[in-house]
Amino acid sequence: MRFFIRRGIFYVITAWAAVTINFFLPRMMPGDPITSLLVKYQGQISPDAIQSLRVLFGLDTQDSLWTQYIDYWGQLFRGDLGISFTFFPVPVNQVLSSSLPWTLGLVGIATILSVLIGTAVGMIIGWRRGTKADAVLPVATFFSAVPYFWFGLIAILLFAVTWKIFPAAKGYQPGLIPGWNWEFISSVMYHGTLPALTIVISSVAGWILGMRNMMVTVGSEDYVTVAQAKGLKERTVMVGYAARNAVLPQVSSFALALGFIVGGTLVMEMVFSYPGIGYVLFQAIGAKDYPLMQGSFLVITLSILVMNMLADVVYAFLDPRTRQEG
Amino acid sequence: MTATTNYEVPPESNPAGSLPGAPRSKRARVGGTQFLFLRNAKALSGLVILGLFTLIAIIGPWIAPYDPDAFSPDIVQPPSWAHLMGTTHLGQDVFSQVLVGTRYVMVVGFISGIVATILAVIVGVTAGYLGGFSDEVLSLTSNIFLVIPALPLIIIIAGQIDDAGMLIIAAVISLTAWAWGARVLRAQTMSHRRRDYVEAARANGESTPRIILAEILPNLTAIIASSFVGTVTFAVLTQVTLAFIGVTSINDWSWGTILYWAQSNQALIRGAWWWFVPAGLAIAALGVALALVNFGIDEFVNPRLRSTGKYAKALRKRGVRARVGFTPVDLGTKSERHAREQAAEATAASAVIIKEDSK
Repeated sequence: MRFFIRRGIFYVITAWAAVTINFFLPRMMPGDPITSLLVKYQGQISPDAIQSLRVLFGLDTQDSLWTQYIDYWGQLFRGDLGISFTFFPVPVNQVLSSSLPWTLGLVGIATILSVLIGTAVGMIIGWRRGTKADAVLPVATFFSAVPYFWFGLIAILLFAVTWKIFPAAKGYQPGLIPGWNWEFISSVMYHGTLPALTIVISSVAGWILGMRNMMVTVGSEDYVTVAQAKGLKERTVMVGYAARNAVLPQVSSFALALGFIVGGTLVMEMVFSYPGIGYVLFQAIGAKDYPLMQGSFLVITLSILVMNMLADVVYAFLDPRTRQEG
Repeated sequence: MTATTNYEVPPESNPAGSLPGAPRSKRARVGGTQFLFLRNAKALSGLVILGLFTLIAIIGPWIAPYDPDAFSPDIVQPPSWAHLMGTTHLGQDVFSQVLVGTRYVMVVGFISGIVATILAVIVGVTAGYLGGFSDEVLSLTSNIFLVIPALPLIIIIAGQIDDAGMLIIAAVISLTAWAWGARVLRAQTMSHRRRDYVEAARANGESTPRIILAEILPNLTAIIASSFVGTVTFAVLTQVTLAFIGVTSINDWSWGTILYWAQSNQALIRGAWWWFVPAGLAIAALGVALALVNFGIDEFVNPRLRSTGKYAKALRKRGVRARVGFTPVDLGTKSERHAREQAAEATAASAVIIKEDSK
């Protein structure tokens, strides 16, 4: 239990830090991006929306910094992230809540696949080191050295332009109305295949290399030798003795790599015009839509914190030592 | 940084490759310990590729056959002798753009790498050595930076600076990239803190800064180098991504800028693969070179990784298939054959052999 309390406190502090960074950034930056936007949209924005933007971006300079900070938190707890200029006049929280499920679905499925495949392949390569299976290593190195989005470009060129197997963009067939019917769901799956496959292919290499190295290290531990000496089946030793212990660092590096994976996925969405947060962020950058950019950062960070917590739960489940304390 | 490199070094293996305090073996000194690293084929080939890119970064603008900005009537041409990597929608030479763009990528990569590594050493070693409250605060800070997603943070910082130049981008990247190295260095410093040679230095009355700088830091060289290489990789990928999505100034040529223009001018629909394939391959080549250097460091630090493949092959020739316990520590002797046989015999005595009956 102590493990969870410690981690819980850490996540609370991290969430606080992320919000505070988000509060100070626009106040520390030279220049004032919001005023020009406000002038541009003069007369179209309600006074309430203007007030909320002033709080978010530090234009309420007549108040003390402390009051500004309190106001800022109050506004966040009401879920008010300001108004989006790209999707004017839709509030930022609406834009984000409609795009978050897309990103979570894509990242979730692709990452789970990638971790499972990578760990399994890494386990086998690490176990059968020195055989032909080692040829996977240079390939995996190459794949882990290339940015995700470049694979996206190549994938689109090959599978959407040259051979028209998959659609090049969007999350579903234009014209379909989102809903829980087979036509829509199949369209989503069809459109999601290429981005998901690309993410899996570009991220699986890291898991293969990590697992392989851990298998090599664990493989020479005494308990593995003993298991072999007992005459246990090869498979039992590999999976039940070596891999079981080698997989622990995989879980902890999963938590650490999450930010990187999500970052890569965001760019992937930009390439595929996939209707997730990454694409929203991309449009926000192009239009210099600061409320939307800040809001995306907050939502992405908080989602990653939640995913980290899940990884912690999995870790505690896999490693009894964390549960024994306290 | 991805999960590609495994920094979790077993505590018993020693970063500098020699036991601190223990006298170095005569053989190692005769062989030249300082160049041992370069005898690693992976590290050497990685360094050669890196050197090539550094050279291009310096002389790129002079050897480029065309001005990367110059328009020409040859619009969207596939590679030819006149244009080795084809042309863009304005007739610009892609090959020249790649050559000129190398400098930006290398400068941002290395500046971020240096700054982030210095930050990582300061935070990580201080936290690991001092322990107690300052350790709690410093590791909490680095853990927070590890969890907060770097790319969105960099985007919202760089996005608010108009025309963010090379140095600003490098500064923002290093601000978010130091935490991983700090974490690894903290763990390593903690394992060194109570070792005999540090206790001896303390008993001699050496000052804390001297113990850290002159006693502990040299033993962390490999970890610092590995974290530097990892950070450069991260910085290159991040910089390219930022340029690709249009956060940085689109007027400075870098590999990411080429990809940005290719994407925004429908290179994909036009089937103009030459527009974005070369820049991507250049990124991949640089990334592979950095990864090779890091593998070299990893194998240098953890001899088990170094010898594992080699001995498995040697054993297989004798009809033995290596499974477990077959990772003798290779100390880098000159006569490989002799070492191989010796190691095979040693392991045959100590570990379980699975004779292969099928082959």
